[in-house]
Amino acid sequence: MALKIAVLAKQVLDPEMPMAAFRIDEDARRVVPPSNIPPVVNGFDENAVEAALQIKDAQEATVTVISTGTEFALDVMKKPLSMGADELVLLQDDSFGNTIDSFQTAQLLAAAIRKLDGFDLIICGRQASDWDNAQVPLGVAEILGVSCISLGKKVDVADGKAIVERIVPDGYQVVEAQLPALVTVSNELGQPRYPTLRGIMAATRKRPTVWSKADLDIDESQSAGRITLRQLFIPVSDQECEIIEGEDSADSGRLLALKLREAKII
Amino acid sequence: MADATGVLVIGQTTGDGLDSTAAELLAAGRNVAAVLGEELSIGLLGDTLDTPAQQAVAHGADRVYAVTHPLLAEYQPDLYLAALDALCRDANPRVVLMSRTSEGRELAPRLAFRLGVGLAQDCLEVSVDESTRTLLANRPVYGGNAVAVVSCERTPQIAAIRPKAYEPMEADAGRQGQVVSFPVELDASQAKTRVVETVREESEGVKLEDARVVVSGGRGLGGPDPFSGLEELAKLLGGAVGASRAAVDSGWVPPSYQVGLTGKAITPDLYITVAISGASQHMAGCSGAKCIVAINKDADANIFKDARYGVVGEWERVLPALTEAVRELVNS
Repeated sequence: MALKIAVLAKQVLDPEMPMAAFRIDEDARRVVPPSNIPPVVNGFDENAVEAALQIKDAQEATVTVISTGTEFALDVMKKPLSMGADELVLLQDDSFGNTIDSFQTAQLLAAAIRKLDGFDLIICGRQASDWDNAQVPLGVAEILGVSCISLGKKVDVADGKAIVERIVPDGYQVVEAQLPALVTVSNELGQPRYPTLRGIMAATRKRPTVWSKADLDIDESQSAGRITLRQLFIPVSDQECEIIEGEDSADSGRLLALKLREAKII
Repeated sequence: MADATGVLVIGQTTGDGLDSTAAELLAAGRNVAAVLGEELSIGLLGDTLDTPAQQAVAHGADRVYAVTHPLLAEYQPDLYLAALDALCRDANPRVVLMSRTSEGRELAPRLAFRLGVGLAQDCLEVSVDESTRTLLANRPVYGGNAVAVVSCERTPQIAAIRPKAYEPMEADAGRQGQVVSFPVELDASQAKTRVVETVREESEGVKLEDARVVVSGGRGLGGPDPFSGLEELAKLLGGAVGASRAAVDSGWVPPSYQVGLTGKAITPDLYITVAISGASQHMAGCSGAKCIVAINKDADANIFKDARYGVVGEWERVLPALTEAVRELVNS
């Protein structure tokens, strides 16, 4: 039987966008997305898609990408399909805007996974580049009660087990777990593949499944927020940079060393 | 939970002692506990904990919960979680502080979900709203472009603090504290994952995350060779070499060198950047550096906004002169 793989992916502001385009509405405590810079699929989630597709390259498998949000740029979210994923499920509802509260997001994704009759393997990016919470995947694993391995740089499936090279500070560990399992991956997995022309054509024809809140069986007792955002602001750097200027570049280098010694930093 | 009280730190141990991150958490927890007027305790997990328990008291813990079990001798997330879950339910703290270490990254979110509470992730600072006795957590978001202040709605309020965000207090062997044995029931079958093999990748010299001085190079270096010049300066200062993502993606240095959002978060006393423009993605990894020095030929580069000292000039000329002057200073 084909291995059933889900990838959880998030649409985020392009983290490479120029800082000048980054705006915050402090009263509303939200980031104002720039109108002229399209969002992207979170980079680590593209690594997750790549990990899923590598398994699909080696054995019979289907890859379903699931995302939650209030609004989607469809051409952006279809990128995993053009890379080779089979299906796209979008959980879209005006009430899904609180992406800061990982607790709520994880409940939604877990509900969608249940509605899809579960998966053998769920692969997620280690964290999203906007809030860096790194919580949703682990929360989904907790809610579903499946095995959980984080920070993978290589993911294999054999004999009903997930076998993962997990990054640890001084190297890596080979960790295995019985399926069903959830694995998070990091950029050490390697560059995600580029969409092929054929993939792009196929993705154009595919329509995502779109579910609203009413389509999901959500435990209302679990849907209250766990985190309150009190303030959101752009930090003002009070750092005055002292530019060291010598007679020439080399002299500046020498003076820099003396300055650091004078300040007792070296 | 009703009547929750106190601050509980979850501390890691290393070999036979208390990990430095545990001492940092005790320093952070000491402030919070003082404002709340409540006790500061620490939970330690392992098979034997006598030495780290005494060290925890010396570093500020009023009470140590020694959670001992043979199955806790080695870190295994499912077993550690079961033990932490039991400890939190029994000790019923108002606040739980954890460190965003390799282990904490796994344990903190899963513990929060298991307890059905929120987690303030990746905090640089925690304080207390005295009127509501609520923990306020200060954390960078959007790659350091923004700062968020968040609070948790349920008890315990859990915060994961970035390593090195706090300085440990001086150990005081004369401090008094209570060491309480906290027995847990665990079964090997609770472990859902198994480590088959551990591969250590030798890193030369000082580890990037631990280094007091880091010298990093970016895209502007133009190739792998200039990194030997950075090595030389780093070596003189007893430091380590890092790199921007651009330099790593170009294949000039291995991924383990990368500082930034998708690489390592470092908190050195001195961070010397060479030909790094200072994109927010990079700055996210070094916002904890005490002093940033920038060498860049572009006077408008973003890095100068965050740097304390800067040299506008070509690194090819600045770096060798800086290195020679440093050599004379450290040898004199």
